[in-house]
Amino acid sequence: MYDVAEIRQNFPILDREVHGKPLVYLDNAATSQKPRQVIQTLTDYYEKHNANIHRGAHRLAEEATAAYEEAREKVARFISAPDSDGLIFTRGTTESINLVAHAWGRKNLREGDEIVLTETEHHSNLVPWQLAVRDTGARLRFIPMLDDGTLDMEAARRLIGPKTKLVACTHASNVLATINPVEELARLAHENDALMLVDGAQSAPHMPVDVEKLGCDFFAASGHKMLGPTGAGFLWGRIEILEEMEPFLGGGEMIREVHLDHSTWNDLPYKFEAGTMNIEGAIGLGAAVDYLDELGMENIREHERRLGAYAHGRLSEIEGIVLYGPEKDRAGLVSFSLPDVHPHDLSQLLDEEGVAIRSGHHCCQPLMRRLGIAATARASFYLYNTEEEADALVAALVRAREFFGAFA
Amino acid sequence: MMRELYTQIIMDHYQRPRNRGEIDNPDIEEHLLNPLCGDEVTVYALFEGDKVSDVKFGGRGCAISQASASMMTERLMGKSREAAEKEIKGFKSMMTGETEFPEMDDLAALKGVIQYPSRIKCATLAWNAFQKGMNDGG
Repeated sequence: MYDVAEIRQNFPILDREVHGKPLVYLDNAATSQKPRQVIQTLTDYYEKHNANIHRGAHRLAEEATAAYEEAREKVARFISAPDSDGLIFTRGTTESINLVAHAWGRKNLREGDEIVLTETEHHSNLVPWQLAVRDTGARLRFIPMLDDGTLDMEAARRLIGPKTKLVACTHASNVLATINPVEELARLAHENDALMLVDGAQSAPHMPVDVEKLGCDFFAASGHKMLGPTGAGFLWGRIEILEEMEPFLGGGEMIREVHLDHSTWNDLPYKFEAGTMNIEGAIGLGAAVDYLDELGMENIREHERRLGAYAHGRLSEIEGIVLYGPEKDRAGLVSFSLPDVHPHDLSQLLDEEGVAIRSGHHCCQPLMRRLGIAATARASFYLYNTEEEADALVAALVRAREFFGAFA
Repeated sequence: MMRELYTQIIMDHYQRPRNRGEIDNPDIEEHLLNPLCGDEVTVYALFEGDKVSDVKFGGRGCAISQASASMMTERLMGKSREAAEKEIKGFKSMMTGETEFPEMDDLAALKGVIQYPSRIKCATLAWNAFQKGMNDGG
């Protein structure tokens, strides 16, 4: 294990105060804070190496290109991808899934085809598919959630069949903290000659990911949730599938030969990286991956598993609280609600105490409807959070409730 | 600071909402969702001639949105369409900081919300619903 007190010193923002109280940052599922190592990498890039990549025959262009491509190698290794040519930099998970929905979906989906999702998906793994089926005549099917927050795998076995062309599922739920059996879903997909896409936005930052072991065909994630800068994330896809896909965006870099009336496409991964990319973002993501590797993803998962369970236990002591998601095998976040204080008001009252949590539908409106609520409050932990911070959350919740209770 | 946002008046309207409920065969029935947080409100109104003879609201939301909806129903009851429109426009311009909140007015309890831009939409949700309902021919 690592020393949390020691690594907290790498995160300058954790020293700041909010409303005169020490910041307790528990909104990591929305975005993570950044260590000095990542911030310094960005500064170094702009102070020493900034240039556009790939086509310049000058020193800075070569350095920038080398750093960018090295970041690709690092991220590919980070998810145990067999080949870095299948690692495409994008703006994040949302763009990655849109890329597949366009470049694979519009080419391969026909009327009568089915895409199988779950009713717990983030809007970013739902809306791109709604658009794809609208354009192709395919249709969406949904694996239901059981009342304990896990997927109904019996229903999954019925739903995934000969008409299925793709199964897309979140690896770890941003609301329920459920870790879904994506390996099993991938197996079911492949038995039916369908592809498997894993939304790794909430798994890649928090646990070891091996795309070969998962058996998926696409894996999407966001860099800013894993210590990297915003605006840089990735899609990994199997080379043979990516090669058959149409381009997503047209423009510079993604082409081989351009004529006035037609063009041919560049090799992977460049076919999917049109225009000037977020170069410093990708390089910063590379530095973030170095930092995560140094701590060890097994260690990070263990730290968050313990901390999540501790927070879950402490929260469950609060009278009348409703906790969402499964009892065990949880990711390091907790969604909850109090009957007497609306989540929106809760997060406002907690902010007053320096505690940053999120409230709302968490971009999962269908899941909220399934749970019969409009919103939850959510505390999400990361590698630098502590039990003391979980205690601060609980204490602030109790005070918020007292504050509201005083008016009753 | 929290006392500036969650004032006595807001908390009173939140915990003892006025005119919460539904109206059968209303002239206005407008449902609005706050896409930021998923909160929702439905505003019902009945007109007698040109005057609002009844107004009610339903839905779920935070203290700010519920209290503001409750205060709105009191404010618009008995008003003519023109006066209601004027009230709504006046309230919205106070919430965007264009005009001052009058002292000695219940609505001034919502003044603290201005400091929290993400919450302004909570405060204006019901008012927007009523306005939309009137504009849509209710």
